[in-house]
Order: sequence, then structure tokens, then C-alpha cells
Amino acid sequence: MMRRLLLALAALALTLPAGAARAQGGTVNVFNWNDYIDPYMVQRFVRESGIRVRYDVFDSLETLEGRLSAGRTGYDIVVPTSEPTFSRLVRAGAFRPLDRALIPNWGNLDPALMQQLEASDPGNRHGALYLWGTIGLGVNEARIRALAPDAPMDSLALLMDPRHANRIARCGITMMDSAIDVIPTVLRYLGRDPNSTSAEDLREVERALLAIRPHIRNFSTGGAIEQLATGQSCLAFGYSGDMIQAGVRAAEADRGVAVRYVAPREGAQLWFDVLAIPADAPNPEAAHAFINFLLQPDVMAAITAQVRYPNGVPASRPLVPAEVANDPAVFPTEALRARFFTIGPVPQAAERARNRVWARFKAGR
Amino acid sequence: MSGGPGRALVLALPAAWMLLFFAAPFAIVLSIGFAEPAEGIPPFTPPWRVGEDGAIALRPNLANFALLLEDPFYAEAALRSLRVAAISATLCLLIGYPMALAIARAPEGWRNTLLMLVVLPFWTSFLLRVTAWIGLLQDQGWINGALLGVGLIEAPLTLLYTDLAMYLGITYCYLPFMVLPLYAALSKLDPALLDAASDLGARPWRAFLHVTLPLSLPGVVAGFLLVFIPAVGEFVIPELLGGPGAQLIGRVLWTEFFQNRDWPLASALAVVLLLVLVVPIAAFQSRAARDAPR
Repeated sequence: MMRRLLLALAALALTLPAGAARAQGGTVNVFNWNDYIDPYMVQRFVRESGIRVRYDVFDSLETLEGRLSAGRTGYDIVVPTSEPTFSRLVRAGAFRPLDRALIPNWGNLDPALMQQLEASDPGNRHGALYLWGTIGLGVNEARIRALAPDAPMDSLALLMDPRHANRIARCGITMMDSAIDVIPTVLRYLGRDPNSTSAEDLREVERALLAIRPHIRNFSTGGAIEQLATGQSCLAFGYSGDMIQAGVRAAEADRGVAVRYVAPREGAQLWFDVLAIPADAPNPEAAHAFINFLLQPDVMAAITAQVRYPNGVPASRPLVPAEVANDPAVFPTEALRARFFTIGPVPQAAERARNRVWARFKAGR
Repeated sequence: MSGGPGRALVLALPAAWMLLFFAAPFAIVLSIGFAEPAEGIPPFTPPWRVGEDGAIALRPNLANFALLLEDPFYAEAALRSLRVAAISATLCLLIGYPMALAIARAPEGWRNTLLMLVVLPFWTSFLLRVTAWIGLLQDQGWINGALLGVGLIEAPLTLLYTDLAMYLGITYCYLPFMVLPLYAALSKLDPALLDAASDLGARPWRAFLHVTLPLSLPGVVAGFLLVFIPAVGEFVIPELLGGPGAQLIGRVLWTEFFQNRDWPLASALAVVLLLVLVVPIAAFQSRAARDAPR
């Protein structure tokens, strides 16, 4: 993670244009997730546009939302997730409406996905779809099979059924550390509404989580990639692309570890990450230019090939290397997509209750 | 020598400092503590309304402070943090006292070098030093590697993400804050007092208990407070090294602020925490100042 970040920064430092270009386009300040772009595409943007890029990363929505809520962030581009963060910030007036005249490549966006995004941003006025994915299981199938031969490899029961988790615990289970990202899936597994705020449903969630707590080795969102790839864990719950990146790194290391991503058959939570411009962005013209640059098919193809998340530009698909384009974990089949679900925002009191459940789950009591 | 504009200036400087960097921020946090959470930027509505005639009407929202008192979750987290801070400060004292004593009794030429060694870790980033402990403590880390290598253990010990690792981290990071005031107190000690105790027949440990220790008490108190107070609100070390156990108050504050986006409640919690810490300590200090022989 850090290695690639440094590489990105080095790439940027090499390409910062001199004075002439500065007068032309100024600087665009980008605040994106870690490991979430192809650094060479940033380099290309700098070269083609003459706009300098100041690139900064976050690793949780809380960090992003905390900064945007305070106002005056100094960023021109931020990448929030559609629900609950983006929709809440749209309602709070945190974003500047996009000027589509400055984004000729807007037409490249997938109309079906953009329509789904309208649930968070009516009229798609504030955000362009960047990358999307699901939340599910990263599995080291060989080691899980050895410990629990009868466990279903495509089901959340692998994690949520204490009978299976108990046996798999011996090779390590890693859980992402995020109440907003895990509780909806657990609700779904229990057959409840993923957006439920009822106290009874939440008690069920707590019971189910506490039942598997003894079998969880650690809680980590960013660390799961490393733990799966090095074989410290054989089962993890996290973002699809992270799990796939773990598989790529395990294959690179060639130490007999094989990891793949499974979108559980009970339904996986679908999320969209959105390119948006803060209301008080210092350089909105450059921000529009950056969005327009990213929405080119070949740029998006390179980004997807690098980070293993599908993007919002269908024309990029033929340009993605075949081994990525044909991986159903990256580009899920229609049948699988039919079972994906999306979430909406919950009221503050319900959110506090969820975070309490999460704290008790982590503490194991 | 007294009075005049010079004296007023000397007094005004610290007063201005306190006003700018303590009183004003505290007033802002306090006012947010009485605000109401809302969707917007910033995510709360201020605890006052400006009427049509320009008059300002206060509308304090007491629900935040009420929730802090009603819900035992907050008091429990605060008590846990106080306990962790007390244990850490005690560990620092037990390790730091012999260190400070040894430096104070070391030959004159050595002392500056030894003091320098105590302060030396500050030349590296605090975060980097805590992260280095992860490398030492993890299952494939140096400590487990060494123990496995000499055959003392069969399987790696779980060291990282435990209370042990958290105490280790806090004690390590705050140790200099204990050693320096202790050294200041111990180095001022007149060695003739120990000679006198020895002449009167006191064994070394007795001389320590009856002469050195009581005279170094101000240093002990100063060091203890310098470790205890920041350790209560410590957020980074428990996050990086501690286990997923019960939350400390620093983490609870973070959760309220970032995850629940309830700035008013987080501010109310910060105000209460400050009062809980500052009021007893200020009372203690003023009593100590009164009792101190002049």
C-alpha cells in the first residue's frame, strides 16, 4: 500500500511542469482513497493538461466526511462512497453542481449505473461514477477446505455460522473494522432489511456477531490485503477489490497461497465511489478537467487493471487486459448482480446504536 | 523594582496566551456542546438564534450533557481510561525512578550524555516509534523470532493487539516525561544529607526511604501528572498496539465525532473530560502550593 503510494508520489514529482504550465492551469488538489488510481494516469494528466496534481489519500469515509463537514478543505476533487456519505453530503450542500459543458466525456458513463446513483444524488447533479464494487469474502480455499471440508465456499455462512467459523479460526479470520460496511450484510444474512433500524433486528445482529467473535483473529480494513496474501489469515470480510488485490499479491509472492474473492450468494452490498467537487473548491475548472480526463475509456481501463475494481465507463471494458476483464470477481455476471443490494442512510440515533453494537462486538461482550 | 508598565506587560503576556490558546478554544467547544446536531456544514445548529430585531436569544440544548450522565457507557469508558493512565504512570514511575536516580548519581561528566539519551527518541517521529513496536511485537516479529530461535517457545506468542502491548507502548512513549522532572528533583538533593544519614547509622535503603524519597516527592508528583494527564486521552497507542477490547475515552470521542458525526455530543464529552481531569488536579496543586514551606 505504502510502496505504491510512494511510487505515485515519485511519479508526480518527476512530472511537475515548470512555470509556463502553472500559469496555464494551476493545481488540482485530489483527495482519494489509498491504492485507488493508476499513478501513471495521474502523470499523463499532468503532461496533457499542464495542471499540477497535489494528491492526498484517506482510508476511511469517516476521515473524508469529517473534513468536508468542517468546510474549507482546500480539495478540488474528493471521492466519497454513494451511501451513506455522498448522499448525506449532497443534502448538506457540501458539493458544487457539476458543469457538464466542461465534461464532454460525461456521455461515456454507464446510463444504468448512473440511474442507480440517482438514489443518492437526484439528477446526478453532483457526482460522476468512478469505481464500484461489493463487500464480501476473501477466501484461501485450500486451507479452508482442509479444516472445514463441508463449509459452503460461496456463502456468508462460512463466516457467520459459528460451526464453520470455529474450525476456520485455526487458519485465521480477519474482519473489516467498519460498522457501516458490515452490519447491513449481517442484517441481510439474517433475512432482515439491510437498512433496518429496529432495536429487535439490531439485537439479532449483535447476537450473531458475538457468536462468531471468539473465532475472529483481528479487525482490520486496510490490513486484510497483506494478511490474506501472506497466509496470516485464510478468510477475510472486506471490499471486493482489496480481496482481489490480495490474490494478485499472493500469486506474485508465489509461496503457495491462493486467494480469491467471493460475493456471497445471500447477496453482497453494492457500493459506488463518486468523483465530486467540494462547494468551496479553490480550482473548480481544473477539477472538471480532471474528471473529464478520468472518464476516457483508456484511462479507466488502466485504472481498473491496476486496482481491480470495475468502473463506470463501459467502453473501457475491451481495453482492460483479458485476465482482469474476464474475472467474474471483478466484473460480476448478471445473475450475481441481480442479488446485490444497496443501502441508504440511517438516522443518527440508529447509527449510534449500530456503532455501540460494533464496539461491544469488538470487545467481545 | 515592582509595579510599572513592565510588570503589567509581563503579566499580560501569559494572560493573553491563556486567553488565545485555552479560554477561546474552550469557549468554542463549550458552545458546540450546547448545540444541536444537524445535517449541514458544520453539522450542527448553534445554541442561539438571532431575532428579527437583531437580539440574540440563547437556546442551549442540554440533551448532550444529559445523555453523558444517563448512559453508563461514557462513565465506564472514562473510568477505564483513568485506570489505564494510572497503571501506565505507575509503570513509568517504577522504571523512571531508578533511571533518574542513576543519572543524578552518575559522575558529573556523564550526566549530560545520559540525559541526552533519554531525550534522544524525541528526534524520531512519535508515530514511527509506535509503528516500530508493531514490527517488534507481531507474530513474525523480532521478539517472537528470537524466542522461537532459541527454542524457548514452540508457537509465536500473541503480543501485538493486547493490553500488554498497549501498556508497553504508553510506558515507552511517556517515560521521558517521568525521568526528566524526577532527575530535576533528585539532582538538587544535597549529598551531605545522605552522608549525615549514614553517619547516624542509617543503612542505604533506610536513608533512601527517609531522606531521598520524601525530598523527591515534588518530582514524583510532577512526573506522574505529566504522564497521567495525556495518557487518559491517549488515542493513537491503544489504536495501533492495543486489542479490540473495551474502548477508551479517546476512541469514544473519535467515534462520536467521526462515526456518529455528533459534534455537539463529542464537544460535551470533551468538556466533561476536561473538568474531571483539571478540577481535582488544580485543587491538588493549589493545596500543595499553600502547604509548601516558603
